[in-house]
Amino acid sequence: MTRRSRAVVYAGAALGLVVLTVLAFGAGRFPLSLAELAALAANKLFGAGYEVAPTVETVVLQVRGPRILAALLVGAALAAAGTAYQGMFRNPLVSPDILGVSAGAALGAVLGIFFSQSALVIQLGAFAGGLAAVGLVYAVGANVRRHDPILSLILAGIVLGTLLGAFIALIKYLADPYNQLPAITYWLLGSLAAVAPSDLALAAPFALAGLVPLYLLRWRMNLLSLSDDEARALGVPVARLRLAVVCAATLMTAAAVAISGIIGWVGLLIPHAARMLVGPEFSRLLPLAMVLGAAFLLAVDTLARTVAPIELPPGVLTALIGTPFFLWLFVSARRAWQ
Amino acid sequence: MAVMLEARGLGYGYPGRAVGRDLDLALGAGEVLCVLGPNGGGKTTLFRTLLGLLEAQAGQVRLRGESLDALPRGEVARRMGYVPQGHAAQFAFTVRDVVLMGRTAHIGLFAAPGAADRAAADRAIEVLGIGELAERVVTELSGGERQLAMIARALAQGARLLVLDEPTASLDFGNQVRVLRELRRLAADGYAVVFSSHDPGQAFLAASGVLLLVRGGALRQGTPEDVITADNLRQVYGVDVRVTAVDGVRACLPVL
Repeated sequence: MTRRSRAVVYAGAALGLVVLTVLAFGAGRFPLSLAELAALAANKLFGAGYEVAPTVETVVLQVRGPRILAALLVGAALAAAGTAYQGMFRNPLVSPDILGVSAGAALGAVLGIFFSQSALVIQLGAFAGGLAAVGLVYAVGANVRRHDPILSLILAGIVLGTLLGAFIALIKYLADPYNQLPAITYWLLGSLAAVAPSDLALAAPFALAGLVPLYLLRWRMNLLSLSDDEARALGVPVARLRLAVVCAATLMTAAAVAISGIIGWVGLLIPHAARMLVGPEFSRLLPLAMVLGAAFLLAVDTLARTVAPIELPPGVLTALIGTPFFLWLFVSARRAWQ
Repeated sequence: MAVMLEARGLGYGYPGRAVGRDLDLALGAGEVLCVLGPNGGGKTTLFRTLLGLLEAQAGQVRLRGESLDALPRGEVARRMGYVPQGHAAQFAFTVRDVVLMGRTAHIGLFAAPGAADRAAADRAIEVLGIGELAERVVTELSGGERQLAMIARALAQGARLLVLDEPTASLDFGNQVRVLRELRRLAADGYAVVFSSHDPGQAFLAASGVLLLVRGGALRQGTPEDVITADNLRQVYGVDVRVTAVDGVRACLPVL
């Protein structure tokens, strides 16, 4: 792919994201016109004195604004983490929760709900649970000798994920079926409906802290797609680099999951789609994957709150949209990952 | 003549299992060492030890006189290039991207390749004569083309010592010849080359020295003419071989 056609792809993706964002602000039970949005933006950004109904301001700043920002943040974070993991595990079918971050976060959140804690504690529980699960998986995987380190990590992740799943099932069984069980189910399906500005302020620094090392290491990430021997012979301290990437991707995913609940498929599909567009070179891939991830989740979340009289869980929608797309990739688009 | 690679009293193997011991070797610029041995004879284990990927069980490896253990990983990469056996490409990187990866040891931790790295990669591509493959993706190359790309990556490392693990394995006849020709050309340019092979005849074509490995260590070491004899080959491979000469070039002919 030439430099020019790559530039077209980036520009197209960025433009699409902007258009989607404007649409997302306008769409909903209380539709807003482009003129109203423009007037409000002019007032807020440049101090213009257009007349704007107070309801419009409330809807944009209090209701849709945080939710749209959350969708952008969570989508970009999950896509970036997925991109890193797919490269690192040399497998295009890997998603960010392969090392148990989602299962750990789910258990943390479910425990918080079970013990009737506040929303903040539930979020912190999810965040801490995600980090702890991956820490445990990494510790187990690193202590397996005489096996491929990548395979050890993945197996440890699967086993621990199953164990955490059993705990979650147990708590669901014990939970109060009228108050707690719906809250647990709702959390596990993922939702951006209840995201407040304070949640964003809490999650964004951690997501950013995860993104910075990935961005700095963006060229070096390519080396992780080689076999360990090859990478080491090229001068890469593979184990240390891998640990750095696991930390960064886990931080991003845990921060995202803590405010959104579990939203699958973004981290698996989006890196894949981005790779089909610009190839596997990580420094070209990462920015595009983040833009596409943000756009995808924003589109899904906007659909989730507009297509039906009741809100649909975006985690279900991503799967409904994601699986057919994935199957199509699986059958037809061989070249992108072979 | 500068000694590029040296092993002294080298013992190699995996934890709890010795594969070979007491190996001495020295390789200078312009020399090509062909490592021969049966399946499971320890060629790859020896190579991994020479590359510092596997800890030596005894003795030491020296690169240009300095102990491998004392050199940081990046410095090892600048002194010794590695071409693995059958590079398994997972992702559709272009040949140019792959060759650029050879520059890792010259690029800062957080940096991307600069103009000098791109120039070095292009030069390596040119040396191997694979310029027309530069924008192709490695997953679509034939085995021979991919092997040339891997050699280009090793050249891009800037190392004057190349270690190639069975570079002609699973290549067709023409590509085998092409790879051997490149090895000879590189040696003529002053590179030191170590490669392993399953075809003893390749030693006559491309090597200045031969190391014949069996389980337990080196069986023989010397010039191809001295080492590749019917007796030695029978001992290593367990089959009868006739070593003859055609127009002054020796060749191995199995007796069926």
